[in-house]
Amino acid sequence: MSVQGKLTLLCDAKTDGSFLVHHFLSFYLKANCKVCLVALIQSFSHYNIVGQKLGVSLTAARERGQLVVLEGLKSGVDVFFRPREEPHPLQFLREANAGDLQPLYAFVRDALQPVDSGEAAWRCPVLLVDDLSVLLSLGVGPVAVLDFVHYCRATVCQEWKGNVVCLVHDSGDTEDEESDVLLNGLSHQSHLILRAEGLATGFCKDVHGQLRILWRRPLQPTTHRDRSLTYQYKIQDKSVSFFAKGMSPAVL
Amino acid sequence: MAVAGTSGTGTRSTGSMVAAASTNNVTSFQRRGPRASGADSGCSRLVSIAGTRRSVRNGQLLVSTGLPALDQFLGGGLAVGTVLLIEEDKYNIYSPLLFNYFLAEGIVSGHALLVASAKEDPADILQKLPAPLIDHSYKKECDEDICGHKMESDIKMKIAWRYQLFPKMEGRPVLSSGFGHDYDISKRIPQELIETSKWHGFFLPEKISSTFNVESCSLTSGYMKLLQFIQNIIYEEGFDGSNPQKKQKNILRIGIQNLGSPLWGDDICCAENCDASHSLTKFLYILRALLRTSLSACIITVPTHLIQNKAVIARVTNLSDTVVGLESFIGSEKETNPLYKDYHGLIHIRQIPRLNNLIYDISDVKDLAFKLKKKLFTIEIGSPISSSLASLIAQLVKNPPAMRKTSVPFLGREDPLEKAKVTHSSILAWRIPWTVHGVAKSWT
Repeated sequence: MSVQGKLTLLCDAKTDGSFLVHHFLSFYLKANCKVCLVALIQSFSHYNIVGQKLGVSLTAARERGQLVVLEGLKSGVDVFFRPREEPHPLQFLREANAGDLQPLYAFVRDALQPVDSGEAAWRCPVLLVDDLSVLLSLGVGPVAVLDFVHYCRATVCQEWKGNVVCLVHDSGDTEDEESDVLLNGLSHQSHLILRAEGLATGFCKDVHGQLRILWRRPLQPTTHRDRSLTYQYKIQDKSVSFFAKGMSPAVL
Repeated sequence: MAVAGTSGTGTRSTGSMVAAASTNNVTSFQRRGPRASGADSGCSRLVSIAGTRRSVRNGQLLVSTGLPALDQFLGGGLAVGTVLLIEEDKYNIYSPLLFNYFLAEGIVSGHALLVASAKEDPADILQKLPAPLIDHSYKKECDEDICGHKMESDIKMKIAWRYQLFPKMEGRPVLSSGFGHDYDISKRIPQELIETSKWHGFFLPEKISSTFNVESCSLTSGYMKLLQFIQNIIYEEGFDGSNPQKKQKNILRIGIQNLGSPLWGDDICCAENCDASHSLTKFLYILRALLRTSLSACIITVPTHLIQNKAVIARVTNLSDTVVGLESFIGSEKETNPLYKDYHGLIHIRQIPRLNNLIYDISDVKDLAFKLKKKLFTIEIGSPISSSLASLIAQLVKNPPAMRKTSVPFLGREDPLEKAKVTHSSILAWRIPWTVHGVAKSWT
């Protein structure tokens, strides 16, 4: 796979960008990569059922060791109501001033550590986080989240030549300073930004939104400017169809 | 290394059972998680619970909100395991109605209830629930059932034939196994229905002891106690599937009133930069976690019009699944707007969750208005049916719809339809009644 060691930022504004997470999850699983999914906002079975529609079986992947999932909701209940001494990736839920995400990073590192086994290993490791904005709601500061992403990038991208994909919500005009800090910080660090936006003219049944793709730090040093492309999309039951602006089949 | 991400020591009974269930994939707990889709092969083992039905689109287990009209716009009902957030209207007149409908539906369907309030004793809240509209002859049957007598002659069954379907369960007679009922809000729910129902109440002033323990996590003590109470009930009553011996599965309906108000000890409604700014969002996250792993559905009402920090409102919305906003016309300029003279307010469906799916059931119609009649709370697709087109356009040109100017500041995220009305002409906005033929009828 040519794209390695990259941070891909998924961002949504005024719409739900989770379809991108499902896409990347199924994409990397089909590409035989080792994936660590930090699922903070939905349960595992949600990803599993959507994954089946997209053609991958998450339970099978988990059983054969290709997929490691941290279920934020389920583990969160554990750590909240039955606290224990040893560090837990989500122990910031119990703390009054959520410090840093060091235990979470340790979990990711242990999950994606390349094992030296005789059999054919998986391809590059991939970290998928859905989503980072909820960490802000749980009391973690934006700087701590940026540190976490930095650590993950240093280990997963630089050291192990893997990829990191995270989803962040763009808070728009709600004057959410923490969210803006997080989004700006991540935008500068990332190589590829996929931004799902609602249409400026409002709700439409046939075009669910617009996807802006922005390549930063282009691979060839000769291209100076960042490339960007815009597509409009419609989400269907088992896939998402993309088309150029104004070229929706409903319009033509 | 197929680790599920939970702690290594699986000594907790629920955790290990859950882990075993998810890895084995053959389990009576297939329905434990509310995400069991109808596509599973274990469908035949699934027991149907009274008062629920499966979504047509993705097999999601749904419960009724108590208002069949609202169920329609929420994609068939409220999904089990999710949170319905009601953004209260300004004077908190109509949101308690939706709250009461939800609880009344629970009693009628035989679900267990958990009512939490900081303002009113849950026992009093239950007394004020609306009475279900049921056949009078059936009511007599129900009384006999409660006494444990056998059903009388078949004559009654012939008259009230549709009630032949309701299951005869020991101890807890269910009024009806149907989905979604009509209620008469001018009457109170019969006392015997409350007595036969299983409910748990959480009244904050009783639970908060005089000594304020400083909690280690950043939740206010009220929220902390409520979460522990909910978790206790779920665990002890077996709603999370921790007790496989319990034959009859049931839904737990949780209702929390005025969450986020200062009565709960939270100050997000008081100041823009508050101390416990993460208290409510953390509470919602843990609540969501508890719901996702149990057979329960929750309704919360939040006075979002009091929250000054728009970022908090956006976060609260993101952490809830279904969000419905109520906007009443009392005291606003819309009260005198002739377009709205028949209605009492607007209902904004702000968010519908995508569960187990890439897409969701979104209704085409976004203009919803509600009207509180003497006995019913009705939701209609807002359109002035009586006015003629010419006068309508004249009015619109003269007084542009107040919606354009008054931005409803509930969400940082603007309702996309509001923008649609701004950029397109008003005529386009009023095309909506004509494009939905046959759907634009009032739900009474």
